[in-house]
Amino acid sequence: MSQDILVIIEHLRGQVTDTSYVMLAGAHQLSQSSGGGVVAVLLGHNAQKLASNLSADKVLYVDHPALAEFTFDAYQITLENLIKQQSPRAVIFGHSSIGMDIASGLSARLEFPVVSSCRTFTSEGKFISQICGGKIMAEGDLPAPTALITMVPGGYKAESGQSSQPPSVEIIAAPALGDLRVSLKQYIEPDTSDVDITKEKMLVSVGRGIQNKDNIELANDLAAALGCAVSASRPVVDQGWIPTTRLVGKSGKHVKPKIYLALGISGAPEHVEGMGDSEYIVAVNTDINAPIFNIAKYGTTVDMFDLLPVLTEKVKQAK
Amino acid sequence: MKIAVPVKFVPDLVEELTIDPGGTALDTTWLRLIISEFDDHAVEQAILVKEKNGGQVCVIMAEADGADDFLFTAAAKGADQLIKLTGDFSNVNNHALARAHAEVLKDLHPDLILTGVQAHNDLDGSIGPLLAEYLGMPYVGYVAGITIDGDKVIARKEYAGGLIAEIEVKLPAVLGIQAAEQPPRYVAYSKIRQVMSTAKIEEKPGSALSLEESIVVSRMFLPEVAERATMLEGSPDDVAAKLIAIFKEQGTL
Repeated sequence: MSQDILVIIEHLRGQVTDTSYVMLAGAHQLSQSSGGGVVAVLLGHNAQKLASNLSADKVLYVDHPALAEFTFDAYQITLENLIKQQSPRAVIFGHSSIGMDIASGLSARLEFPVVSSCRTFTSEGKFISQICGGKIMAEGDLPAPTALITMVPGGYKAESGQSSQPPSVEIIAAPALGDLRVSLKQYIEPDTSDVDITKEKMLVSVGRGIQNKDNIELANDLAAALGCAVSASRPVVDQGWIPTTRLVGKSGKHVKPKIYLALGISGAPEHVEGMGDSEYIVAVNTDINAPIFNIAKYGTTVDMFDLLPVLTEKVKQAK
Repeated sequence: MKIAVPVKFVPDLVEELTIDPGGTALDTTWLRLIISEFDDHAVEQAILVKEKNGGQVCVIMAEADGADDFLFTAAAKGADQLIKLTGDFSNVNNHALARAHAEVLKDLHPDLILTGVQAHNDLDGSIGPLLAEYLGMPYVGYVAGITIDGDKVIARKEYAGGLIAEIEVKLPAVLGIQAAEQPPRYVAYSKIRQVMSTAKIEEKPGSALSLEESIVVSRMFLPEVAERATMLEGSPDDVAAKLIAIFKEQGTL
């Protein structure tokens, strides 16, 4: 039994994800109350170089061809063994397409509780999770002796999890990884034929509040007048009203324009992950309690259907 | 192809959420529950797979206000079998809920289990990977698109930045659905009424509802905000004028 905090590093196609650095930053905060060290866990194949800028006291590296890219079985089997051997105080996974695939199953298998959606840790080592679309925070003691955690971005800066000093790397032997039920066939690159919304100076972004497909025209008109692009949050894209290439959020693009005009977007954490670094967020939402107003520079509860035609007209006149 | 879809209700985020006087949980007095959005997509995806490949869809949920209506709606959309778990689920966490679902699913022998990749009130993991572990099946989450290929399924898994991974999974398997290939279909109330007179909801007792792995919340609160937005007040005309000034100041106009 140790007081160490393990961080399961996530990487895709040879790049460590930003979420991994955020987790390391969180682990440093947590290790202060636990009294242990921060131990990064890197699974991969010929990927030891990915450890070089991780801010950790130590990196445990497991190399195996089946670990080259993330897949369910290979990661789960490897981590089950590793967590048992290390018996740490906590294991931090990303609340992401990688971490969420394995954290809950390992919790059931190892009989260690898992805390979801943790955003920050208090100085006493309590977790603070962000739930209900960012509207509610839940705080509690970290379960003992070992807690698994899935961590959302937003609580710590990625830079705080990076270091110019390469950490020491300890090689751990991979377990037998035969007879895997899940395999990666191929990656499909994002469609690049459309406007690249990550390069726009301003975005007019629509959310669920736009209500129907016909209303998208109101946003298109404004964007055309401003000479910028329209983007959207997940529900709008899932409805097929706006193409996936314009999706902003966790599984979409990460944008940071000068002005992000959010129309009828509530500001759920999955969306904020993709636009929280925008210079000026301007939010239009009739729900005064929408979390978007907590991160916006300017906001209004005026109904967008009253506002948009007037605004578009004024933009045209101002040009 | 037998497809099972375990679903759950969550608080409706359109309503104002308040904390109960104890300060550790949501006040449930006026809390309105609706289907978890991702679960709604899982039902749609199951019906799409059935329409393309044939088979049966079974939708399962724990009893709650509105559960019957949801199950009948699923039947009107194309679900063949409806199961309601009975018991006191008021304080049940995801581990216990997944165990209760797993007990019923064991007897159903599904080839494929589709469920929402997460629910917005998950605090102790998500149902899909827990089910996979309890049933000894593989799991892939963040799935938006499925192709059945004999005894395998090709799942399109989403990563950040719009990257998609095509993952091959041996059946039986559990997939966590991020989005169905088309939006959940609308079904007319008249059709639901029609189904209500013919479809049957099977009731099965929920078992193993213990709370061993509970995450104990000592304080629940609304987000503390460093700096809330400066609110622009007035008529649409006034607000538009203020926005124009901001756009100009920032050089985007």
